[in-house]
Amino acid sequence: MKTVLEVRDLTVTYPARRGAAPARAVDGVNLQVRQGEIVALVGESGCGKSTLARALVGLVRPTGGQVVGDGEPLGYSAAALKAYRRHTQLVLQDPGGALNPRQSVFDAVAEGPRLHGLTDRLGERVHTALAKAGLRPPEQFAGRFPHEMSGGQQQRVVIAGALALEPKVIVADEPVASLDASVRGEILKLILELRDSLGLSALVVSHDLGLAWNIADRVAVMYLGRIVETGTVEEVLLRPRHPYTRALLSVLPDSGEPPVLLTGEPPDPTSVPGGCRFHPRCPLRAAEPDPRCDGLDLPVLTGDPSASALAACHLVQ
Amino acid sequence: MSSLAAAGPAKAKGQGAARSGFLPYLAGKLGAALVSFLVTLVIGFVIFSLMPADPVRTLTRGRPTSEAQLTQIRLQLGLDDPIWRRFLTFVGDTLRGELGYSWQFQQSVSSLVADRLWPTLLLMGSAAALSIALGLWLGIRSGWRHGSLFDRIASGASITLWSVPTFWLGMILLVAFSVGVGPIPSLLPAGGMSDPSLPQEGWAHIVDVAKHLVLPCLTMVLVVFAQYVTVMRSSIIDEMGSPYLLTARAKGLTDDAVRRRHAVPNALLPSVTMIFMHLGILVSGAITVEAVYSWPGLGYLTYEALRIPDLPLLQGTFIVFSASVIIMNLLADVVYRFLDPRVRAQ
Repeated sequence: MKTVLEVRDLTVTYPARRGAAPARAVDGVNLQVRQGEIVALVGESGCGKSTLARALVGLVRPTGGQVVGDGEPLGYSAAALKAYRRHTQLVLQDPGGALNPRQSVFDAVAEGPRLHGLTDRLGERVHTALAKAGLRPPEQFAGRFPHEMSGGQQQRVVIAGALALEPKVIVADEPVASLDASVRGEILKLILELRDSLGLSALVVSHDLGLAWNIADRVAVMYLGRIVETGTVEEVLLRPRHPYTRALLSVLPDSGEPPVLLTGEPPDPTSVPGGCRFHPRCPLRAAEPDPRCDGLDLPVLTGDPSASALAACHLVQ
Repeated sequence: MSSLAAAGPAKAKGQGAARSGFLPYLAGKLGAALVSFLVTLVIGFVIFSLMPADPVRTLTRGRPTSEAQLTQIRLQLGLDDPIWRRFLTFVGDTLRGELGYSWQFQQSVSSLVADRLWPTLLLMGSAAALSIALGLWLGIRSGWRHGSLFDRIASGASITLWSVPTFWLGMILLVAFSVGVGPIPSLLPAGGMSDPSLPQEGWAHIVDVAKHLVLPCLTMVLVVFAQYVTVMRSSIIDEMGSPYLLTARAKGLTDDAVRRRHAVPNALLPSVTMIFMHLGILVSGAITVEAVYSWPGLGYLTYEALRIPDLPLLQGTFIVFSASVIIMNLLADVVYRFLDPRVRAQ
């Protein structure tokens, strides 16, 4: 399978506020998304997954490393970025906020194509995108405004706006987190359908492991700016190896294991611990301390999807 | 918009539905405006009837008047009629556009107001246009880059000027540019609207009026534009957190285009409210500025009426000012409906 989106050794460091250390939001990440593949990026709040998503669509300029779309490293000139927008599109969490309240559905979906000069048979393009996103018949929705639609319909408009540019990859940042439970399934199903019918790839950012299980082919677990475990969805969610992944899974209601509650400070990207960055909260290390945990830095996981499951941990390798 | 044509029948239908709701909406707002105006009339009548100043004494001040003459004047003014009849006469006259007879000028209030309206509109209109344009421009720029040097200078300067008393700033400008201080020669006329020694028509007159306009207009702009800077700046900062700006960027819009097409139109709504409030108090002029520069407008007229006090004139200007606020509010409601699709849905 062809790789359509890749990051190599990506770092994003936010400059320091007065008196504080700079925040290493993304601190060395390798990740690949292949054609027709859905990759879930999971992790708790503040682990850097949203920053990584924004870097993937070129909205955040990385401090180090590369974003590679379609085999070519992304440049950050206005023209290069604009060209890249047709390749990778973004879907945000809150569809109500992601749509301009003054724009009709038609204008919202047509904005991308107009900007990229795809005005030839614009109406047809917009209607096709709306229909692909499940708003049928499209004529009925084109004249509406965001406040006249439900959350699920709004999210479909956002997705249609992305599809109108015929991208190869969609980066979705918590695409269903703010939707009703009944609507979530529909939107996830839509993403799966788009994958099957258009060969679209997706990187779905979520804090919800159940969501990853439902739609993803591969899962990457992120902790404090690094990917700590990656593999197919079965490998990572059924046979987790990294103690962080295991702790996350153990607190799911139907995990069948005693819940592991993480102790210690919540992770802070302005002071990343040395050695393994999970060591201050690691239940494995608490049980059997090892000098490597706080003394020896771990290598960055390669992110090669053909390799079997990888976990960044001294104790389980 | 070009999208109207491309959107096809669905869009036209959607807008048609919105428009069919417009007439009831307008009727409701008109009714509310009418009620407000009637309430204003009641208030105007009550206040000026309860004024402790005795109209007859005010009229005859400084002149020897016999008791018989006083009674005669009371009768002429209708002061002995029962209060309900005086109220009905007042409402009827007002609705016919007769605002009473000024004691001071011995002239109908309506004609006085009509004479003074044009100078006030000229001064306040030009000041409003300039302060709105300047304030919104500065507000958008400083909000979009808040914390920058530009923002700190613009915000600081506007807040400072806002806190300056209008009459004081007027005096300072008057002294500096009209009287002339040190190396600054006397550049501009000190007061009034035109030089009576010059012809009152043609180009020379226009240039003359423009020269007289500079200082009062500048004073107004300097004091007023800060409101627009602060409101526009904070609305822009509010909008900047909106995810739809991120969506627009992800589609490939440049920073400038995101600001122009998405952030500013949405952030404008609070400023539109303020613009209409500002336009509403426009005709009342700025009493202080017009008084400082003896600008022959409605504000100066009010000032002259207050000195006597010339009750019919005050009452007349009170009604004109209130009506203008009510009309502008009505216009704001209508314009809002076109600007914000969410208002249409209500």
